[in-house]
Amino acid sequence: MIDVNVSLSRWPFRRLLGDDTAGLVARLSKRHVTRAWAGSFDGIFHKDISSVNNRLADDCSRHGPDMLMPFGSINPRLPDWQEDLRRCHEEYKMRGIRVHPNYHGYELKDSVFAELLHLATTRHLVVQLALSMEDERTQHPLMRVPPVDVSPLPDLLKSEPEARVVVLNTDVRHELEQSPQLLASGNAYFDLSMVEGVGGLAHLVEKISIRRLLFGSNYPLFYFESALLKVRESVFTNADRRALLEENSRQLVPA
Amino acid sequence: MLNRRTLLRRAWGSLPLLAIRNAVSLSTSLAPEKPPLIWDVHCHLTSVPGATPEDRMKEIVKYLDRMGIDRVMLSLGYPLEYNPSPQQFREENDQILRAIKYRPDRACGFVYLNPNFLKASLDEFDRCVRDGPMVGVKLLVARRCNTSELDPIVERAAMMKAAILQHTWLKVNGNEPGESTPFDVVELASRHPKVPIICGHTGGDWEIGIRVMRSSKNVFAELAGSNPTSGFVEMAVRELGAGRIIYGSDAFGRSYASQLGKVMGAEIPESARRLILGENLRNMLTPILRAKGYQL
Repeated sequence: MIDVNVSLSRWPFRRLLGDDTAGLVARLSKRHVTRAWAGSFDGIFHKDISSVNNRLADDCSRHGPDMLMPFGSINPRLPDWQEDLRRCHEEYKMRGIRVHPNYHGYELKDSVFAELLHLATTRHLVVQLALSMEDERTQHPLMRVPPVDVSPLPDLLKSEPEARVVVLNTDVRHELEQSPQLLASGNAYFDLSMVEGVGGLAHLVEKISIRRLLFGSNYPLFYFESALLKVRESVFTNADRRALLEENSRQLVPA
Repeated sequence: MLNRRTLLRRAWGSLPLLAIRNAVSLSTSLAPEKPPLIWDVHCHLTSVPGATPEDRMKEIVKYLDRMGIDRVMLSLGYPLEYNPSPQQFREENDQILRAIKYRPDRACGFVYLNPNFLKASLDEFDRCVRDGPMVGVKLLVARRCNTSELDPIVERAAMMKAAILQHTWLKVNGNEPGESTPFDVVELASRHPKVPIICGHTGGDWEIGIRVMRSSKNVFAELAGSNPTSGFVEMAVRELGAGRIIYGSDAFGRSYASQLGKVMGAEIPESARRLILGENLRNMLTPILRAKGYQL
């Protein structure tokens, strides 16, 4: 099983079981995860993202070389962010990056995101776009961050047809309602960590191909079992389950 | 001994995947054990597909079977009214009555009341609970529950040993005018110290909600309707004790899966998991269920 949405280090507002890398790897192994695309909570909040990515790469290779695949954080509002992107690709040999526009203070319609998307695509990097981290209603009162407006994404993907974007942490059905053009964006993929409603995954694949849905748990911020049980709640063929849990992500990022 | 692997085996069923095969084989190495009782205190007819209450109940049972849930407490019909007139809440309760009559083995009813219409609410309680098959009260957002209008409803419910499920939330961006908080539930509970009151959603912002209710021993934390954020169940067990926590989903708006995952994924003793999943609620409801002839 491949989990495309885990994070290392500490969430600043509470300690989490699994917020130490060794503990995270042990817990994912126990749950039979064979590979995890790992970002870093530090990448959301720290200004020194260069050291965050260095630490992420080091932690992944030290604690989970066969399991953890580092996805570095890029904040295009920081000076010389292009160098961070270069290091992620050339020095740490990362296969993708993760961005948090709402926490980093820009919108998808800003030109800097188009530039980031273009540069990442030129380097054949997958771009993970996290739309939120928490329920907006329960955020820390001093840290209220609305979710990312995804509506500019379809046009961006049209002008960058080779881009591969994985949208994380959103109930995709809501996003499709807000931006139905996403349906036509064949290079946008979605994780299931925040897909809600009974049988939510089955309802979703009535709208988008199963090939565009990836297993992502948002662990350790979320309980891993919540993601896994969603797969049980919706009835899939064996082939579709295999695609969802493993093949789709393997096609995006081959071993 | 029951453990998490057994619980998950029940919920996973036979996911025939290479990716989960290890998990299943791990589970099947265990001796067969009695599965846990899973009762969901928080399920609505509102957004369930189906033209009739019976159709909707069929749909609910399909998912209960899939997820290993034994029974749901059903409340709120369609269209859902947030400040319903007496006629409107009677209509919604009629839908619940039809649904639970269709599958009394899988669902019990909680009567939807509106304290803004106290006399009509008490009459509706009598119709649906005292003289009918329902076993609990559901209160939503029409009026904050710390007000005195709630007292006769609580007293009437207590006489019948009916459960009380009060919606609460603590929104950082502000609650709706009639929307209760855990503070309101605690205030109400302090006037009725012998009556158990279930604090729906634990206020949503559970790290605050749990603290608010910690000293109020007759207030129960309910898990439904929020993101499956790690640590919720562990903190509740640590601060309240497993005996004061009740599983609920808020289906169909939320999935059974995401909410069950909170309990399945929590790193707590297996005895605590069993209490939360169903035993606490069954214990709370046993007197009224027996009185109404439900099989336990």
